[in-house]
Amino acid sequence: MTSDKAQDYWKANLRLVMGCLAVWFVVSFLFGVFLVDVLNTISIGGYKLGFWFAQQGSIYTFVVLVFFYASQMNKLDRKFDVHED
Amino acid sequence: MELQTLTYIVVGLSFALYMGIAVWARASTTSEFYVAGKGIHPVANGMATAADWMSAASFISMAGLIAFKGYDASVYLMGWTGGYVLLAMLLAPYLRKYGKFTVPEFIGDRFYSKTARIVAVICLIVASLTYVIGQMKGIGVAFSRFLEVPFEAGLLAGMSIVFFYAVLGGMKGVTYTQIAQYVVLIFAYTVPAVFISLQLTNNPFPQLGLGSTMADGSGVHLLDKLDLVLGDLGFAAYTEQKGGTLNMFLLTLSLMIGTAGLPHVIVRFFTVPKVRDARSSAGWALVFIAILYTTAPAVGAMARLNLMNTIQIGEVGSPEGNLVYADRPVWFTNWEKTGLLKFEDKNGDGRIQYYNDKNPAFAETAEKAGWKGNEMVKVDRDIMVLANPEIAQLPNWVIALVAAGGIAAALSTAAGLLLAIASSISHDLLKGVFKPEISEKQELLYSRVAMAGAILVAGYFGLHPPGFAAQVVALAFGLAASSLFPALMMGIFVKSINNKGAVAGMLAGLGSTLIYIFWFKGWFFIPGTAMAADNASNWLMGVSPGAFGAVGAMINFAVAYIVSSQTEAPPAHIQHMVENIRVPSGSGAAQDH
Repeated sequence: MTSDKAQDYWKANLRLVMGCLAVWFVVSFLFGVFLVDVLNTISIGGYKLGFWFAQQGSIYTFVVLVFFYASQMNKLDRKFDVHED
Repeated sequence: MELQTLTYIVVGLSFALYMGIAVWARASTTSEFYVAGKGIHPVANGMATAADWMSAASFISMAGLIAFKGYDASVYLMGWTGGYVLLAMLLAPYLRKYGKFTVPEFIGDRFYSKTARIVAVICLIVASLTYVIGQMKGIGVAFSRFLEVPFEAGLLAGMSIVFFYAVLGGMKGVTYTQIAQYVVLIFAYTVPAVFISLQLTNNPFPQLGLGSTMADGSGVHLLDKLDLVLGDLGFAAYTEQKGGTLNMFLLTLSLMIGTAGLPHVIVRFFTVPKVRDARSSAGWALVFIAILYTTAPAVGAMARLNLMNTIQIGEVGSPEGNLVYADRPVWFTNWEKTGLLKFEDKNGDGRIQYYNDKNPAFAETAEKAGWKGNEMVKVDRDIMVLANPEIAQLPNWVIALVAAGGIAAALSTAAGLLLAIASSISHDLLKGVFKPEISEKQELLYSRVAMAGAILVAGYFGLHPPGFAAQVVALAFGLAASSLFPALMMGIFVKSINNKGAVAGMLAGLGSTLIYIFWFKGWFFIPGTAMAADNASNWLMGVSPGAFGAVGAMINFAVAYIVSSQTEAPPAHIQHMVENIRVPSGSGAAQDH
């Protein structure tokens, strides 16, 4: 692989990671900790929303994020022809 | 059938299963011993990772912490799952691509330095040992209840089982055993949760039950009801924040970074065949973990509600509102025997008063009712999950199952940790640095001896633990966060970090974190040697010792970067190696050397 192509692959990878980590930060630290009091004024079912993010919602989002990342990386690997086999 | 007999049968059967698997899948080569020959399917590896990961702290302690801390315990829920996002995106695929046996091995090669490797081994041992201590406490609690013996005897019994189990295993045996242990522990955790959720809210899913209305027809939401019951007895509201925001943020971050930096978790991703598998396997691990972690908040809240309602049977303030001590349920007497639950009749009325006697706003109400202080003088948080099914009066087989599940959780994690410690001693220290000439067979023998030594040391500290199991474990996270994670991440993402930078960074991160922890917890956790009382008013800017790992990690990053920029760049072949790690192609099969 040429070094230009390798750099493009790496940059695309970093962009994807940054995007995923932004979501990761928002659902846990922002919604679950920093904005918890504001969100707690909203209720879904018997849950206060901030409390729900801290104890339920952030975890569900993490699961989706990791699978999203894995599938996007697999596509990226094929696009740049660096996949295994 | 008698509960005691039933418990023996269920736990005995689960042991027979694990031992059978361990003997069947016994490792005979170093590759099998360290990384299971790199042939584990990603879903199977995810399940094994989940069992490896979810320890006595997750199974036994976490819901207990949640029960007593409410919202503030969210740090454990987010911290111990969010770390997998970091692991999947920042470390696992690259380390799998590199394809060796241990974490210090990567650090030693990437930073072309035996010193870096040795420092990494020290970090690994300190973090893993601290973590094992937490497991030992959990094992002691589970066994003492199950065998109905004092805590110390329970701990010794647990140590013997781990000894047999871990020394025989190796990564191959441990992986297959952990899959079985995952099934046992998740079944044991969710079954009582479903029962209790049905009892309290008519909703079979605990995750939804926690947000539902009470089944008593009052139309009140469970969480509101809990806030109310606690408030009536002077306790803080369950869903409100009690600690400082900065501390919550740093503690959550420490737990996340620490999770991603724990060697016994990272090494699990060395066992899958491909880079692609390492990515998806992290996702599967998180799915299996999330099943327990989204159930735990429901277990905690419902256990607390049941506990309060068991003792405060009527109106607060009227004498008949409190349970008569002589009428206490069987589970109460059972836990009194272990010493983890203690009652003291302070006002001599023969009834139990359980309230917050440290709340000045509630003092008047208590005095009027003739209460002379909280009479539940000890309610160890670690007993909540194990006592939960008894408090909810579930059938005996459920209680027996929970005992087996708690023991499975503690055993699977202890085995994984001891394996990581043993590997680093035999593979990194002996084979890698001090005795490169030893044969594969000798290396295997040394790692088994190292494991035995680690169990004894952990057992000693388990008898003199510095805190509740989950909190002790939190310290291990601080250490992994401040030392190993930054070195690994920079090794992959920042090409310019050299040997001197990495070593200086790791030492600065680990050193600052250790000093901060020992300052408040006592030097080497020896009681009476703490420099200041471990409470919020003494902490630096309100940052608890467990939350300092994130600060230590920042120190590590900064020191490594500054030192590297002032010294010579890494040699060309190292930079080439980093470029090679960054692309998946050519990862190949198991590499030996």
